[in-house]
Amino acid sequence: MLLIDCPYCGPRNGSEFAWQGVPSPRPDPASTTPLEWRRYLYEEDNLAGWVEERWKHRSGCRAYLIIERHTATNEIRAVRLLGGTPL
Amino acid sequence: MTARLPERPGEVIDRSSSLPFRWNGGDYTGMAGDTIVSALAASGVRVLSRSFKYRRPRGVMTADFNDPNCLFQVGDEPNVRAAHRLLEPGMDTSSQTSWPSLRFDAKAATQALSPFLGPGFYYKTFMRPRFLWPVYQRVLRTFAAGGKPSPQPGHSSPDKRYAHPDVLVAGGGPAGMMAAISAAERGARVMLVDEQHETGGYLRWSDSDGRLALADLRTRLAAADVEVLTDSVVFGRYDHNWVGVMQRSHPQGERLIKARAGVLVVAPGLIERPLAFEGNDLPGVVLSGAARRLLNLYAVRPGTRAVVLSANAEGAAAAADLADAGVEIAAFVDARAGETVVRAKGRTGVRSVELTGGKTVEADLLVTATGWTAPTALLNMAGVVPTFDPESSRFVPGEMPDDVMATGGIVGDGSVADLLSHAAAVGQEAARRSGHKAVHKAAAIPAAAALAPPSKEPVELPTLEPEPHPPLFIGSTSGFIDFSEDVTTKDITAAADEGYRSLELAKRYTTATMGPTQGKLEVINAGVAHAIATGRAIAGMGTTTWRPPYAPVSLGALAGRMLEPVRHSPLQPYHERVGAQPIVAGQWIRPNHYGDPAAEVTAVRSSVGVIDVSPLGKIELRGRDVPKLLELVYTNKWSKLAVGSVRYGIMCAEDGVVMDDGVTARFAEDRYMMTTTSSGAAGVYDWLEEWLATAHPDWDVRLTAMTDAYASMNVAGPESRALLERLVEGIELDAESFPHMHVRTGTVAGVADCFLWRLGFTGELSFEVHVPAGYGLHVWEALLEQGADLGAVPFGLEAQRIMRLEKGHFIVGQDTDGLTRAHSTGLSTLINSDKPDFSGKQELEWSEADSGTMLVALQPEDPAVVPPEASQVLSGNTLVGRITSSRMSPTLGRSICLAQLTQDHAAPGTVVTVHLPDRTRVRARVMEHHAHFDPEGSRLRG
Repeated sequence: MLLIDCPYCGPRNGSEFAWQGVPSPRPDPASTTPLEWRRYLYEEDNLAGWVEERWKHRSGCRAYLIIERHTATNEIRAVRLLGGTPL
Repeated sequence: MTARLPERPGEVIDRSSSLPFRWNGGDYTGMAGDTIVSALAASGVRVLSRSFKYRRPRGVMTADFNDPNCLFQVGDEPNVRAAHRLLEPGMDTSSQTSWPSLRFDAKAATQALSPFLGPGFYYKTFMRPRFLWPVYQRVLRTFAAGGKPSPQPGHSSPDKRYAHPDVLVAGGGPAGMMAAISAAERGARVMLVDEQHETGGYLRWSDSDGRLALADLRTRLAAADVEVLTDSVVFGRYDHNWVGVMQRSHPQGERLIKARAGVLVVAPGLIERPLAFEGNDLPGVVLSGAARRLLNLYAVRPGTRAVVLSANAEGAAAAADLADAGVEIAAFVDARAGETVVRAKGRTGVRSVELTGGKTVEADLLVTATGWTAPTALLNMAGVVPTFDPESSRFVPGEMPDDVMATGGIVGDGSVADLLSHAAAVGQEAARRSGHKAVHKAAAIPAAAALAPPSKEPVELPTLEPEPHPPLFIGSTSGFIDFSEDVTTKDITAAADEGYRSLELAKRYTTATMGPTQGKLEVINAGVAHAIATGRAIAGMGTTTWRPPYAPVSLGALAGRMLEPVRHSPLQPYHERVGAQPIVAGQWIRPNHYGDPAAEVTAVRSSVGVIDVSPLGKIELRGRDVPKLLELVYTNKWSKLAVGSVRYGIMCAEDGVVMDDGVTARFAEDRYMMTTTSSGAAGVYDWLEEWLATAHPDWDVRLTAMTDAYASMNVAGPESRALLERLVEGIELDAESFPHMHVRTGTVAGVADCFLWRLGFTGELSFEVHVPAGYGLHVWEALLEQGADLGAVPFGLEAQRIMRLEKGHFIVGQDTDGLTRAHSTGLSTLINSDKPDFSGKQELEWSEADSGTMLVALQPEDPAVVPPEASQVLSGNTLVGRITSSRMSPTLGRSICLAQLTQDHAAPGTVVTVHLPDRTRVRARVMEHHAHFDPEGSRLRG
């Protein structure tokens, strides 16, 4: 199980966190097309390598986090608050 | 005939004890400290089991946990590793794989058929004719290995434990002990896990120097602050050093320890490898380690006249121990000089051994010391790729991650002193790498202040190289490679000839390495046999992927005890007192009814009833920008909701599928209360947070979960106003002052800070009363007491479900599913496409013309038939939908349904056919309104 170093709570078990995937920008709702919108809804790049994912410390402080994780080794090299809000 | 020897210096048995036990119906005795198998061996028993496929007689082979021939039934526990499990007085044990008896196994006749029982025999033979498969299966099942599990559920409720050692050492041999001592002496919190019943590894059964070294290590280990777990196994290493430990002999049975280790030190030692030759599975053919364990731990003489095949120092040591115990050494075969064993002969045990050159030696014991398998499982699980070292004929660790280290035999060979100096350095380095945690301990424990601090610089590790070892895997005759699955050299060759050139495929085809030993004894020999059969170099042979668990763990221990939270409303004491029939609704336990749900419906429709709706999700929203958030998550319009008003809304996900529904009230300019479905509360809260955190961090909205803060009760029925007038202070309840879909705050039954809103699921005039949770029971009881003369009754979930179905209100998740877009609910008027944006808007626009299915009200033509929920709806013989809700309506005296039908069958008046479980059919008509009762809503608005 992953160990995630939450900026608020310190190192906690991965089971406390909800994975939300690599965020993709929400298309402009006024001008989007079905193809673009469904890509946004359903498609993931699924890279083997370093990705910046969004996680939520759901069973903890409920902070939204950006985590740099290597998808092949699960190594985590950075955890920061979404939006870079200072503590 | 006893095989128990006079006292041996390192023995672990208590000679003053006498433990009676039963085996295969006979009476035996052993001593405290014996394993089941050592006690049987001491009693002169040689044949312990029959093999899996050919029912060949089998005896002790490794005399430890991995022994493939020692799986016993003990009481109602199957598959007990009887060469590991300690003997207890009164144990009732038996071998598992013999019928009708171990001495005469009728199925041993399969041996004569062995030329036809090659790999894939079952696949090839029992395929046709297909209709006979159930017959085949019944017969074949009697051949399957394994004991009989107890039919009684829930023997125990195993515990779990969480641990956070700085350093976790897997393996309690000399290297593991030393690494643990050394890490602890540098201030690290250390957990040492060993599979045997005592620490010491191979030193336990070694010579007097070894025993001295062990005594010294045990003294130091006891003095160091190390948590030692024996009869326990590290069964898996997962991400970020999450380590699974199964403690087998915890007082409460097995206990799972989930350990987050700073550094994992892997020190499992080596597993002795058998050699494949004809007759290598006969009782009396044992590994050198088994001979020494039997002799030196249990004082059991494994035979009387021995041939020793030796390629290393352990073989010579075994020969010396045997001679010392009075076993005649008939021949010492030095494999390093090129001699070897061709075959062992005998029927139920070794009678003679044929050596190279054709010489045959009479013997009842053949001891082999032909090399080692490195149990690299934990390293593989850590991503390490061990490589095969042809010089030492075994796998050696590859490049290691920072948080995993290895020491002991898995790394290399040497004297005890060599192993200890390597292990000491590894322990120091592990303490250093585990970092700051060790420092905490030094500061917190005065005694620890005397300890040396962790090294600042990386600790240099002395070299520990594997010694050269002759490549002894496959003999000149075909023998058993996998003893648990009865796979021979010939079988592997046959698989390769049939085209299974990949080792992974050949393994699955022959089932080699797939039995209880899981590769620990046979993986190298299988790989070598396959490499030879496919003409590849041994050095380049593949290895199998070691996956957790390394050792068997019971499912009960993994499951542990039930830890799901159970939620009750603050009114639960009342429900219990009156004996309400409970129903599980997600995490909540709710009253389903109080005796007669139909009577509860009639009471509500004619006078007044009260239902506990406390599980309703409640979220308070405060801030300037709440209306913007509501516009975004609901499909309808919210910006004009007046203070004091309540509105109903549907929430969709971004794919337009309905995710939740509920009402939201505006208490003040910047203060709202949202309700969600009971099961949707957590999800909606997440959903709101997500919009705020990811899309609109600048908005001024604060959320507070209020579900547990209020007890909620709906007072419903024509007399509800009359009832509340007796209890409410500060709120005018008449229709003009407090209209439908409005909210008021006030005092109820003397309890201040309650809020009431006029709405309900039942279709009756109703007020939902939300009371600070601690006063909920008081208000509930006051309502029932004050309403007694009005006929007030409590009603449960079932009555509410009937009434909401009468009114045609859908339940998200029951009448909708993961494909139901908002238009399909028939509430298109609640979808405001004029709004610039809301979740689901785009998909709803694109699917407006055809939303797939429609939710409709349906009435069977035969009013007495209630089609079960999920019944199929047909048009002719074409499937056009399904019943989502159905009940008998006490109000209308007929059956009523909600159904999802394809758009072309959803028009009012359409007649469809409902297929019933008893294969009969009933015709049903699509209704004009969702509401079967009072479609105008006049009762509600009264």
